[in-house]
Amino acid sequence: MGNFEAKWEAFLRAFVDYGGYRMVLEGLRNTIIIAVLGLIIGIFIGVVIASVEVMPKYKVIPRVLDKICQVYVAFFRGTPLVVQLLVGYYVIRPLLGLHISALGSCIIIYGMNSGAYVSEIMRGGINSVDPGQMEGGRSVGMSYLTTMTKIVIPQAVKNILPTLGNEFIALIKDTSIVSFVGANDLYVAFKYIGTNNYEFMIPYLVMALIYIVIVLIITLCIKLMERRLRRSDR
Amino acid sequence: MTDNGKKLIEVVDLHKSFGDNEVLKGIDITINKGDKVVVIGPSGSGKSTFLRCLNCMEDATSGKILYHGVDITDMKVDINVHRQKMGMVFQHFNLFNNKTILENIMLSPVLVAKKENKKLSRAQRKSSKEIKEQKREEAMALLKRIGLEDKADAYPSQLSGGQKQRVAIVRSLAMNPDVILFDEPTSALDPEMVGEVLDVMKELAEAGMTMVVVTHEMGFAREVGSRVLFIDDGKILEEGSPEQIFGNPQNARLRDFLSKVL
Ligand SMILES: Nc1ncnc2c1ncn2[C@@H]1O[C@H](COP(=O)(O)OP(=O)(O)O)[C@@H](O)[C@H]1O
Ligand SMILES: [Mg+2]
Repeated sequence: MGNFEAKWEAFLRAFVDYGGYRMVLEGLRNTIIIAVLGLIIGIFIGVVIASVEVMPKYKVIPRVLDKICQVYVAFFRGTPLVVQLLVGYYVIRPLLGLHISALGSCIIIYGMNSGAYVSEIMRGGINSVDPGQMEGGRSVGMSYLTTMTKIVIPQAVKNILPTLGNEFIALIKDTSIVSFVGANDLYVAFKYIGTNNYEFMIPYLVMALIYIVIVLIITLCIKLMERRLRRSDR
Repeated sequence: MTDNGKKLIEVVDLHKSFGDNEVLKGIDITINKGDKVVVIGPSGSGKSTFLRCLNCMEDATSGKILYHGVDITDMKVDINVHRQKMGMVFQHFNLFNNKTILENIMLSPVLVAKKENKKLSRAQRKSSKEIKEQKREEAMALLKRIGLEDKADAYPSQLSGGQKQRVAIVRSLAMNPDVILFDEPTSALDPEMVGEVLDVMKELAEAGMTMVVVTHEMGFAREVGSRVLFIDDGKILEEGSPEQIFGNPQNARLRDFLSKVL
């Protein structure tokens, strides 16, 4: 146990005295920023893709849009996130001459990736809304688009909120690889702390605990939200 | 209503197929302002499909539907503009579940008024707040008319079936339509709620509203209908006044149908 105490002291020294906590806070902040903004972008893209997918396809434009969406989803679901991150940061970014930070790139890539997954969730949500809602809207002369945005999609979002919570958790967990493109996250922070005297046991243990606590907190929030939504349904 | 009796809807040789299944096999009918057309017929005969073709909820396979003289089956017309003046009431109400009762009624009128407002010169324009306030008052007046003003802020899930259907009727009424189409408006209701909905419809009829009503309520058909259509197998097999249809039916299938429902 003396050994453990020594490790703990080394950890505390690195965490407090050498400014490790600042890196942890920054990592935590980045993790949350990437997950929150990524999910928001993901919901936006997901709603657009799902709306295109459920659109009536008599005309050429919806059919072309549908094909584009299919390719998009196939790409983002069919390749590893790390690959998307590396390609986005080291290939697309310089090719397009974009000056975006590593963090900004992560937000965009995670958002685009999440959009592919959210679109599937969203399509399920839209299909779960009674078709009568669309007919009700059309019968008072509202357009397809207006009825979709004001009536169908809000109900679809409500139906899938718990599932979106799971997507948020998945995003939080996925942020642990952003150091591949040089962004600072929890992993980078705890690696720095461990590197101080090559003691990684405690740092990585604490890192795991932090992830667990974040996920537990989010799960609790989802539960509370579900309960409130159920009450408004009755 | 000075233009009572003027042509409102003219259906010319309307055909509708779902895949290989031809559901409407050539329907011709003219509906005039002030008419109360009641459509009866066995289940699966194409009554709903006929009604839904009138406002292009289903696209006709062939034939014409002239509304105010405009062929609305033409893909080039803006169907939304025509639907604003052509209400529809459904068997399952189709109220917006995510909106309060008041919002259900106001939503489309506000959108239309805002659009109209944009066409005015700057000096004549109203603020969007004024428009909302005006439409809110109109919606409240409608709710008062059906005795549900205390439900203005409730959600559809908190209303009974009969209340929902009455709201659905005033929702379409809020658009000031020239005609309202009813597809079995009382079929999904518990028996004790049928009366309250029929009462609202009778009141509308007395106020001169043009109505096309698919129903199994033969009492209503007799009392309110100005014309009755008997549809079977995708065709109008007999058409006449309620007295003719119920008192002296000619078609054998109609007689058979009436013997089952009366
Ligand atoms: N959207 C649809 N797709 C395929 N078939 C349909 C559709 N709507 C109605 N039908 C068919 O059309 C026929 C007539 O239906 P409907 O107009 O609802 O009859 P009714 O209202 O007189 O009971 C039925 O055989 C029904 O199965
Ligand atoms: Mg029907």
